[in-house]
Amino acid sequence: MAGLHKSDFANPVINWIDTRLPIFTMMQKEYGVFPTPKNFNYFWNFGALAMINLVIMIATGIFLAMNYTPHVSMAFDSVERIMRDVNYGWLLRYVHANGASMFFIVTYIHIFRGLYYGSYKAPRELLWMIGVVILLVMMATAFMGYVLPWGQMSYWGATVITNLFSAIPVVGEHVVTWLWGGFSVDNPTLNRFFSLHFLLPFVLVGVVFLHIAALHVTGSNNPLGIDVKSPQDTLPFHPYYTMKDSVGICVYLLVFAALVCFAPNLFMAAENYIPANPLVTPSEIVPEWYFLPFYAILRAVPSKLGGVLLMFGAIAVLFVLPWLDTSPVRSAKFRPIYRNLFWVLLIAVVTLGFVGAHRPEGIWVVLGRVATFYYFLHFLVILPVLGKLERPLPLPESISRPVTSGGGGPLPGGAAAKPMEKA
Amino acid sequence: MRITRVLALAAAIGAAALGTAIAEEEIHFPAQKWSFNGPFGTFDRASAQRGAQVYKEVCANCHSLKMAYYRDLGGIGMEPGAIAAIAASVSVPTIADDGSVAERPALPSDHFRSPFANEKAARSANGGALPPDLSVITKARDGGEDYLHALLLGYGDAPATMKMGDGMNYNKMFPGNQIGMPRPLSDGQVDYSDGTKATTEQMARDVVTFLSYIANPEMEARKRLGVKMVLFLVLMTGLSYAVKRKVWADVDH
Repeated sequence: MAGLHKSDFANPVINWIDTRLPIFTMMQKEYGVFPTPKNFNYFWNFGALAMINLVIMIATGIFLAMNYTPHVSMAFDSVERIMRDVNYGWLLRYVHANGASMFFIVTYIHIFRGLYYGSYKAPRELLWMIGVVILLVMMATAFMGYVLPWGQMSYWGATVITNLFSAIPVVGEHVVTWLWGGFSVDNPTLNRFFSLHFLLPFVLVGVVFLHIAALHVTGSNNPLGIDVKSPQDTLPFHPYYTMKDSVGICVYLLVFAALVCFAPNLFMAAENYIPANPLVTPSEIVPEWYFLPFYAILRAVPSKLGGVLLMFGAIAVLFVLPWLDTSPVRSAKFRPIYRNLFWVLLIAVVTLGFVGAHRPEGIWVVLGRVATFYYFLHFLVILPVLGKLERPLPLPESISRPVTSGGGGPLPGGAAAKPMEKA
Repeated sequence: MRITRVLALAAAIGAAALGTAIAEEEIHFPAQKWSFNGPFGTFDRASAQRGAQVYKEVCANCHSLKMAYYRDLGGIGMEPGAIAAIAASVSVPTIADDGSVAERPALPSDHFRSPFANEKAARSANGGALPPDLSVITKARDGGEDYLHALLLGYGDAPATMKMGDGMNYNKMFPGNQIGMPRPLSDGQVDYSDGTKATTEQMARDVVTFLSYIANPEMEARKRLGVKMVLFLVLMTGLSYAVKRKVWADVDH
């Protein structure tokens, strides 16, 4: 019996399984009693929301794939067939299409929350970098998914984005031909994009698992950005954060449901309801809204290779962000200058989003360049320097200190599991 | 402090949106009041049925409706018998038992018959222009129903300064103002059996209602589901928030 796990579960079946494969013990440890800082605000909901969104995307996607035909002459019609002839096919497709937008909304909020509260700093550097990998895989998945309905924007978006690789010196043209599986975006391209669009979400599940595994080693950051000092600073994940996440999930589903049922085409380009036609170029080729800031950076310089490098650079700086930001203080709450610059960065990114939606002429060129310049200035110059110059506000002694010092008295020692019994 | 930042962000978004409005010269078409607008909107059955008649008698001469079935007419309140009769009045291509190309009367389960056998036939009959399929037309144009309505009413005489292309028609709502489609609707063009006066405006309104239905046959079910889901989720949000408060009641945070 030496190799068996000693299980405390009373139920004999659970105990039998848990002794041999302690998944119940693991769940209890990681999601039951897992010590979590007690001062989260609602911005800490968004990781859980992103995970739920991923599950929704995979669930709807599997059923869509059962009814979709990845062939250039049938793809567009097969999507409309799903909308009309498959039972609740319209619901599946609208949930999946709008789910992509919801996924990026939730993920972008999650990322900016990390930026504001310094969640990328030691010891969470690797956790953050895995998060950037998740973002990259998400973007690749979303891009290839958008090609599948084979509308005008699908086709021309795929043409523009794959052509970016032609900017690579010497081998660029060959790389593009290799990506396409031919000499233009065509049936082989659609087939491989469908295959990869099906594969990548499961890769995403794996990377998300690593993200959470790393999170459960370091523990969560918190709005004060200071380390957990004692058990007084934490609460067990269940029921406190399962319940708080439930509130967030309900609000998130409310927004999602309203979007799907009342404005399902809000984020969709009308152009993509026109079947792909290689002989007619749309007057404007605009990517999905979640790529617009990157699209604006791509077009900020009058050089193809330069634009491509900048665009990938915009994500690359996020990879090394833990080492660019030299300030030891995590939360912007205690960084009077960074706190303001965070908002400048957010405004720059939102501006880039608007710039990306417009033809690069007139004021949009200027705005795009200024915002791009600030984006890189922020990460490459301001953050390394600011950490050395800025004088942070005094940090609280501990998470429980700032709230108990006001006369609230010490936290009841047994707060851990009590409230459920009361209820 | 926080409010000023939110205001700054709002100002930036506002400025960018204003820039959008200035930078783009868009043709403006008035927003119409449609029966299917809003979270409780439904398709005006009588209007959509009249629109089906306009499509059949006018549009269908050039425009296909490939993704729609005759049975879809049931969704705007037509009786099965009437639908079968409409379908039977059209003959669709088939392959006879001896393998020869033949025709048979359509069934409600058939797709709407396209006016042309293929794209080349359509182009050659229309001076080189291809009349687009109308199955999802209200979703495939910026401005949707409002745009189509304005387009159908947007015909007129070209300004003297404008050089019109060969076989092109002036339309103030069409991008570039030159459209291949000749003015399709004029007063009294169809005879409505319900006594409605067939003005151009009325016919445009009816046919756009019909095409909106064809593009979104699921809309009524979708909105009904939406109302239920929103009510349910509002309740769940309230409940889960109450439980959360209860659970957190004796945590000092």
